[in-house]
This record gives sequence, structure tokens and C-alpha cells, in this order.
Amino acid sequence: MMTNPTGRLTQGQFSFLPDLTDAEIALQIEYGLKKGYAWSVEYTDDPHPRNTYWEMYGNPMFDLKDAAGVMLELNACRKTFPNHYIRMMAFDSTRNTESITMSFIVNRPAKEPGFGLSRQEGKGRSMHYTVHSYATDTPEGERYGS
Amino acid sequence: MNAPLYSIPGSAQAAATPAPTAVADGGARTVNEVLAQSQIEAVMDELERDLVGLAPVKARIRDISALLVIDKLRRNLGLEAQAPSLHMSFTGNPGTGKTTVAMRMAQILHRLGYVRKGHLVAVTRDDLVGQYIGHTAPKTKEVLKKAMGGVLFIDEAYYLYRPENERDYGQEAIEILLQVMENQRDDLVVILAGYKDRMDTFFKSNPGMSSRIAHHLDFPDYAGDELLQIGERMLGGMHYRFGPGAREVFAEYLGLRLKQPHFANARSVRNALDRARLRQASRLFADRDRTLTKDDLSTIDVADLRASRVFAAAS
Repeated sequence: MMTNPTGRLTQGQFSFLPDLTDAEIALQIEYGLKKGYAWSVEYTDDPHPRNTYWEMYGNPMFDLKDAAGVMLELNACRKTFPNHYIRMMAFDSTRNTESITMSFIVNRPAKEPGFGLSRQEGKGRSMHYTVHSYATDTPEGERYGS
Repeated sequence: MNAPLYSIPGSAQAAATPAPTAVADGGARTVNEVLAQSQIEAVMDELERDLVGLAPVKARIRDISALLVIDKLRRNLGLEAQAPSLHMSFTGNPGTGKTTVAMRMAQILHRLGYVRKGHLVAVTRDDLVGQYIGHTAPKTKEVLKKAMGGVLFIDEAYYLYRPENERDYGQEAIEILLQVMENQRDDLVVILAGYKDRMDTFFKSNPGMSSRIAHHLDFPDYAGDELLQIGERMLGGMHYRFGPGAREVFAEYLGLRLKQPHFANARSVRNALDRARLRQASRLFADRDRTLTKDDLSTIDVADLRASRVFAAAS
């Protein structure tokens, strides 16, 4: 595929790097905690780039002091959804920010089929283009062989 | 295959350098060097200075500190050993300083590098056990997550187990606790506290809990002169002092109060002093036109203590 030569989903931070190890993830979490962010774990099996809101696993974790607590939640999520995309989100509650400040994928399916370009004939001779994930051809929960 | 092409601060260097040459981490070879690096002496001295009595507890804390210091030296020379289990149970009568010591314990363990963050999360049954089915596990896990990297202090831990109700959710909380206590020993230290007799029955009905706790510390009751010393320190902390003769009267008061039921050691001392402050305040309040000096305002007089009902009951 020309647009995605590695065959990997590239969304959020570090997505062009090799997968982060647990130690590296813990370091990133530690960084966020030091800044006072609240971490949460999200998962999905629909990798479409405009699928912004993934399902949240458990509650967002406020008032944590150490990365071990967040890793506990992440590992629980991995156990439940081994073949889903899982990402870490850091929420900054500082006034005027109140938004997600970090987001990176920490778990991905073994095989990512990628996206196809679909064309739609419009009025006149105009063409509408959109991307379509091959994975979503099967129903939810059955994608990626899970 | 996914070896990163960039260096990670901390973990990468530790993994890259072989163990025997890993002396770079402080490189301490003597006990004094470790003590100087961790400033543990300062906390220990503070403990000695601030807490009256409690000799067996202090001795045990010294032992634990010594073990952790030696462990650090061993690690510096490449002698790996599993981190010791440091879960503790504090038993003792009310007001014997269990919470205060737990607070210090978190500090000490942090200075020695045993826990990473050194904060204390104090909880009771309400924070761990849920109201309905399926509520307990997330609640307990949330508390555990908050306590990671520090010390989890469970006050009145025996309430977790209610034998009279076999469908009580406390058992579920205990099971999750046990699992984390076993699997995440490096991340978390759990301290259970409660009154001696009820903790004993708690441990008897939860042998798994008892065996996972390495240190059972019993807090003795304070003797009369120790209580007097505690009282004086409390007053000092609040910027009060005993007037002439008041110290002796307070000693007499403690002697009488000790014989009465429901004596809660340091807590009773604090309550007695708070009541004396009330009486002092109304004594000064009654005299509207008097110019009050700093001395007047900070002195607890004999009369303030004599008015206690403890003396009335005795005579």
C-alpha cells in the first residue's frame, strides 16, 4: 500500500516508532503523572481515522501517583481485548486546557489489513473519495480474528 | 525485533551495562554512604525525638531499615535477592500512635528506595467494600491503583471480614488485596491496623492474610510519665504551656483517668488538653476589662485542670 508502507495504523504519538515496550510505556505514563494528567485506557476494533471516540476501559484514573497503577489497568485491558487497538489517553484538567494532551497506541492486532480507497460517482462527472477499513467488513467483535 | 533505535533514560542504561559493573548507581560500599545518600538517619532521629515510648516498635523499624540498607549494599555489588516482603500489621489499643507511625513508615521506605513515591493512602472498610454486587472489585482496585508506589494503610482492617454475614462483600475485597499483595510486592506496601484482639480473630479467619504479612507490630500502652511527656509536647505544638503547679496536677489527672474505662492513650490526653483550653478560654473571657498578655493567653492554669470531672468523681 502506497499510503501506509509499514501496514500499521499511525494515529497519535509514537505511531511511526516501533511498538513501545512496557518499560517505555511506564516512563511515558510517569511523565504524564508528573504533569498532573489523569490517564485512561481506551480500546476499539474500528481503526478508521475519523473514529475519534473509542470505548473506555474502566474509569479514568485520577489522583494516581505511580505508573504501576495505570499499567495494572492496561494489562487488564490487554487480557480482555488481546486483538484490539488499545491506546493510552492523558487528560489535563488544568483550567483552559481541560482536554486530552497525550494519546498513543499501546496494543494493536497481529495483522492490520489497512484501508482501501472507495470512490463514489457524484452529480455530473464529480467523484467523491473516502477511505474504508477492510477490517470493518466483518461485524464488531469478529474483526482481527478475535 | 522491535529494539528501539533511541535511548530510554534510566532503564536502557541499566539493561545495557552488565550487573557486576553496575556500581555506578551511587556506588555506596559502606553503611554510612548509604545513610548519607538516603538521609534515613534524619527520619529515624525524628522518629526517636517525636514519638514517646514505643520501644519495641522503634526497634523493629530500625531492623527493617538496617535490612534495606544492607540490601542496597548487596545490590551495589551485584548480589541479587528478592525484595523482602514488607507488608505489616499494627495492632494496639486506641491512641497508641498506629497512624502516626504508618505515616513515618511511608517516609522511611521512600528514603530507602523501597517504595517509589512514598505517599500514604489511608482507607477504611467503606473505601474498599461496595454497596452491591459488582461494586466491590472496581472500588478496591481503584484504591489500590491510587496507592501504587506508596503505602496503603487500612485502618480497622478487621471490619473487612464479617463472619456473621456469609454474603458480605468484604471477602471479595480481601481476595483482591491478597492477590495484589502477593504479585505487586515491589509496587505497594500494605499496612493493616486495628485493635489487638479483633485483629487476632481477623487473622485467624483469614490465614492467607496473616501469612502474607511479615511484620506484626504490637503497640504497647503508654505509661503515666510517657503520657505526661506526650501532653507537654502537644501543648508545645499548640503554643501553650503549663502554669506553675499545673504539670503536677495534670500528672495527677492522668493517674486518675488511667483507672477509668475507655482510656484511649494519646487521644484521651489530647481531649483532656482541649477541654482545659476551653476552660482557660472561658476563664479569660469572663474578665472583660483585663489587658491580656501573651503569657496569659498561653498558660494553662491549675484551675483549668482542676475543674475536670475526673477530679470530681475521685473525691
